[in-house]
Amino acid sequence: MITIMETLSKTNRRDFLKLALTSGGGLMLSFSWSVAAATEGLDDAAFAASEVNFNSYLSISPDDVITLFSPNPELGQNIKTSFPMIVAEELDADWTKVKVVQAALDTKKYERQLTGGSGAIPHSWGRLRNAGATARQMLIEAAAKRWNVSASTLSTENGKVIDKSGNRSLTYGELANEAATIPLPAEIKLKDRKDFKIIGKAIKNVENPGLFVGKPMFGLDFYREGMLHAMIQRPVSFGTKIKSVESAAAKAMPGIVEIVQFKNNVAIVGKSTWQIMKARKVLKIEYETDTTIESTPDHDNFFKELLNSKEATVRRKDGDVDTAFKNAAKTIVREYQCPFLPHNPMEPMNFFAHVKADGVELVGPSQTPDMARNEVAKLLGMAPEKISLELTRLGGGFGRRLKADYVLEAAELSSIIKAPVKVTWSREDDMGGGSYRPAVRYRFEAALDARGNLIGYKLRGVGINAGNPTREDNFPSGAVDNLLIDSVEHKSAITTGAWRAPITNFLAYAEQAFLDEVAGEAKLDPVQFRLNLLEKAKKTPVGAIKYDIDRMKTVIETAAEKAGWGKKKDVMQGFSVYFSHRSYVAQVAEVEMKAGKPVLQKIYAVADCGIVINITGALHQVRGGITDGLGHAFYGNVTFKNGEAEQKNFNSYRLIRLKEIPEIEVHFIDNGIDPTGLGEPALPPTGGAVANALFRATGKRIYRQPFIKQDGLEGVNLGAKM
Amino acid sequence: MATYQLQINEKSYSADVEGDTPLLWVLRDTLGLLGTKYGCGIGQCGACTVHLNGTAVRSCSLPVSAIGSKKVTTIEGLSEKGDHPVQQAWHEVDVAQCGYCQAGQIMTAAALLAKIPKPSPEQIDNAMNGNLCRCGTYHRIREAVQLASTKTPK
Repeated sequence: MITIMETLSKTNRRDFLKLALTSGGGLMLSFSWSVAAATEGLDDAAFAASEVNFNSYLSISPDDVITLFSPNPELGQNIKTSFPMIVAEELDADWTKVKVVQAALDTKKYERQLTGGSGAIPHSWGRLRNAGATARQMLIEAAAKRWNVSASTLSTENGKVIDKSGNRSLTYGELANEAATIPLPAEIKLKDRKDFKIIGKAIKNVENPGLFVGKPMFGLDFYREGMLHAMIQRPVSFGTKIKSVESAAAKAMPGIVEIVQFKNNVAIVGKSTWQIMKARKVLKIEYETDTTIESTPDHDNFFKELLNSKEATVRRKDGDVDTAFKNAAKTIVREYQCPFLPHNPMEPMNFFAHVKADGVELVGPSQTPDMARNEVAKLLGMAPEKISLELTRLGGGFGRRLKADYVLEAAELSSIIKAPVKVTWSREDDMGGGSYRPAVRYRFEAALDARGNLIGYKLRGVGINAGNPTREDNFPSGAVDNLLIDSVEHKSAITTGAWRAPITNFLAYAEQAFLDEVAGEAKLDPVQFRLNLLEKAKKTPVGAIKYDIDRMKTVIETAAEKAGWGKKKDVMQGFSVYFSHRSYVAQVAEVEMKAGKPVLQKIYAVADCGIVINITGALHQVRGGITDGLGHAFYGNVTFKNGEAEQKNFNSYRLIRLKEIPEIEVHFIDNGIDPTGLGEPALPPTGGAVANALFRATGKRIYRQPFIKQDGLEGVNLGAKM
Repeated sequence: MATYQLQINEKSYSADVEGDTPLLWVLRDTLGLLGTKYGCGIGQCGACTVHLNGTAVRSCSLPVSAIGSKKVTTIEGLSEKGDHPVQQAWHEVDVAQCGYCQAGQIMTAAALLAKIPKPSPEQIDNAMNGNLCRCGTYHRIREAVQLASTKTPK
């Protein structure tokens, strides 16, 4: 039994829970809780400020339809299904009568409408449960009042309040109006996990019926009578600005309404997308150098300099690394490098804006609608309350839609042309126009004593617009007596941003590949080597430890057991484990040699994300994360020539395809811990597991992504087994 | 500009567009059939896949002037009630993550099964390899095509 007022008293003074009758009658509960995030994960800084708020909203109509408003942006993480599942579970609703509606941005009702950092479920779990349980309690009390019995004698099931002794029942719809007049219960009872009927089950995506018949639901699907279309020509080379624009020929093309220059943009406004695309080809723009223009070989040179720079920012320092390395029986130094990566959500970037004198209407796909609105308000000098933002479904995000640049552009253009306009990015605009995963290089150093103990550990991360490219408190920090982690950043005109599992999407591979080599030098089995380090962290912890040693140990041991680690003949295995975004994932990759070439056959994954909300969605996130990690480790690569991306579409930028996927076997740790995130954590370990397996198969270590650029791996095709 | 008479989903449409306009943009901008998606514009991703006389084609690279009297089927017209065996299988296997590419995936799968009702795993892989899914739903796409091949069309 928990007390709702206790829960509320832990939050701040703005918290409230109010009741209202819906316009059509029925019960409507509005929750608005603002809670400082006390147990934030380690990776959130990349996308949002530290304060985290959540809101939910449900209504019950007299005809028994339960409407659940899902406030957070849906981009494929399946939140539009899993959030309502949690509310419905505690409400004891009939799932088949639940209707889910995407809520528009509304900071009065909802205080945190954001999708990113695998954060939505962990932040909302308790609040969603309370939302359902509170409504359930009020429905019970309404029935008790009507029947004139004690509420404690009543139970609920499948959308009904049941009086077993009286052999009678009332549906939630029948009780909704009365329930709305019941005072807020002082105490609510949350279900015991063993009584869950919806949570943990495979509940199909609530959007399936629309998705599979082509119903318009994405941002690009937004059309309105009288709306204009636009595309924007941005500088093709980072570090340049417009010198001159010759637009007469483009303006004269059919269907073109206007050509507008603002900032470093030239917008082609017209009546249809294709007419704009054609006019764009005859637009002549000259650019001149604005800041600095870089090419990929420049970046390689920067990395060399920065790795030896004396000006590094120290991120973590334990013990005395200098002495440890001086006294070491053996030292190992390795470097790992990754390129810039575009996000490439399948739905190209877009947004609709209609700026009027008295307000602004925005419609489209955004992971951060509140931030987008505030930035538009600032840009236009207008109060945020005058700006509405309707969220569409997002055709993928991967971090790209955390930024508001594309919303601002649409709003600015609409304010200039004084018309409703949808700005569409071409694939080339998105891939070449960058908010890239930053290019990074790491230097890892390990010091081993004569018995193979890891006595010293150094990591320097250098990145291009990467901020801090290390995660200084992640494993193996805490398990090594002498440790130094620092970083240096090169500021570039090439724009970067959070990319699914920011920083760890490459750091995890580098670290896990390095530890594999260190284990080899220490003459220890890679799994045992990691377990030894965790044992040391447990017995004699060094400094702060911000991961759960036992949870990490459990995923390691379970993955080793499920994959038959070290027990298979003719199968080369590679191990990897990583903690990110609050969850723990261990992976074992299996490579077999076929006709002299390594073929990736299978990946085992063991995830500890606490309680699994929706098993079908959870499997999707793990398999999808692994597929994403694998594809980008093997193929992902954007290079620059004179500031311009050399890959701008899928004919030169390779994404993993169906033929190339290995079998993926997924297991979840069933420990009853409150759920943690799953949108990102399965991705980081994949590159390391695969690289380590490839080493056992080929004898070659991989130090660079994409893997296919590595000597000896050029000919390796993930699809070779076909 | 010229007027093109098009047979789409067993209905007649007329579109006043330039002859080089890709079918994709005629469907989306002119006719309001929004299920067919823009992904890359160069026939590399498959999000815009429709059927032309039953064959899967990339509508982003098909000029409207080349269609003539050929019959176009889009995701909206694949079945009357959304119950084509492929659509059923897509729901049963719960294939979608973000869902943006799935109309194209479904159209490719439906064209495959129309030609080869019981495809081998290799035939499924070959047919579906041209459609990108950035979320990585490939395992379920494979499974759903297989499942659809066991269903009888309604």
